[in-house]
Amino acid sequence: MKHYPTLLLALLLASTIESLSQPVYMTRNGKISFFSKTPLENIDAVNNEVFSALNTEKGEMAFSLSVKAFHFERSLMEEHFNENYMESEKFPKSTFSGKIDKLQDAHFDKDGKYNVTVTGDLTIHGVTKRVTVPGSLKVEKGKIEATAAFQIKPDDYGIKIPTIVIEKIAEVIDVSINCSYEPKSK
Amino acid sequence: MSLNPNKFIRSISFFICAAAFNQSFGQDLLNMLDEESKKNSDPDYTTATFKTTRLINGHSIETLGAGVLDVRISHRFGYINSGPNELYGLDQAWTRIGADYGISKRLMIGAGRSSYQKQVDAFAKFKVLRQAKEKMPITVTALASMMIKTGPYADPTRVNYFSSRLYYSGQLLIARKFSEGLSMQLMPTIVHYNLAESPNDHNDVFALGVGGRIKLSKRISLNAEYYYQLPSYMLNGTVNSLAIGFDIETGGHVFQFHFTNSTGMTERTFISETTGDWLKGDIHFGFCISRVFTLKDPRKK
Repeated sequence: MKHYPTLLLALLLASTIESLSQPVYMTRNGKISFFSKTPLENIDAVNNEVFSALNTEKGEMAFSLSVKAFHFERSLMEEHFNENYMESEKFPKSTFSGKIDKLQDAHFDKDGKYNVTVTGDLTIHGVTKRVTVPGSLKVEKGKIEATAAFQIKPDDYGIKIPTIVIEKIAEVIDVSINCSYEPKSK
Repeated sequence: MSLNPNKFIRSISFFICAAAFNQSFGQDLLNMLDEESKKNSDPDYTTATFKTTRLINGHSIETLGAGVLDVRISHRFGYINSGPNELYGLDQAWTRIGADYGISKRLMIGAGRSSYQKQVDAFAKFKVLRQAKEKMPITVTALASMMIKTGPYADPTRVNYFSSRLYYSGQLLIARKFSEGLSMQLMPTIVHYNLAESPNDHNDVFALGVGGRIKLSKRISLNAEYYYQLPSYMLNGTVNSLAIGFDIETGGHVFQFHFTNSTGMTERTFISETTGDWLKGDIHFGFCISRVFTLKDPRKK
């Protein structure tokens, strides 16, 4: 029992070394866009500054973006998006962290396109939900491209749409993701 | 070590159990991304210090987005103390019709025509400093405006030059958004008269404006604005301008309505030529409707 602390230290050290040698792919300029379609108005916004990482051995994926980096066609829309809906001062970031469901389906050592689903925690507007998202991973010449499209309901994340604009903002928002990863340099 | 071994083991097993049952994956990756995003990231600029480019009568530090056209119709009724025969001022009206345009994120221009004194005015406004989290405490915007009084000369018997119709003003707008609900602004101002109003008046009037807004809800704010003029430079018979107003936002429109002792809606006419006395009820009710149009998608280069 005396050796517990030493053992713990050794374990910790081992896990650090392990994480250093993990095959991690990363991007600093991933693209996430969303689209709201109603008969009255179409709204789209793009964020080209998405941080994302992929651990090919563990099959883990993570996304992190600054809400203020979503850009709109109209600057007033962008202001309202940040001020009234997303409350970007209070909740500056949206994140996702999760795992590829069937890692054996993706062969990161072989060029090709693999359809996968990823399950994890999506945090928007300070509210976290467990989601499963279908997407694809394209492996080509040591690079990985991830694409996905899914839908979210603002209401699920505590984003209130006032009745005055309810006809202009869709109940379900289409989100699409496009990230090109490169091996993370140490 | 004075650690109780039992307690130690218990806490260790707790951690092991917690780790085993922890269902969230990719947390390490997320932490790594967090570290990465802190490296050479852009400053986090404060947005929406005020709802529009005007506080009430005067400008706020805000500028329009690039490629945005803002059509503004300002309307002012007569003094509310003018009695029932004038329907408490509603029978009288002055308007300013104007348009502003955002050239870049930080530079905007605008022009307008006022029925009061038949003025034409134009301005340019540039955001010099931008408030940013942990990097810059204030936003500073510089404003230069020019007013032309059209219509007949006040004294047709003397030799009149076109330049006598021109007036200029320069302002430094300094603001800070203290919180979501509270923003304050200071406005050191100079108003220049090419032709002094009378032989006893100066060509320049100096003033310090102070203003702010309190948000009453996400879409409604209460604004106030006061311009203090240096007493030795004040024009004969004038008082300081005070205005209190509300901004109401409805999608693409911002509706502003206000109470003020100033009749004019250009820098010269409200900062240095206000004559109304609030205490006597020389108060105008007024409103402004602003409608923005996006002429250019700012995302397209």
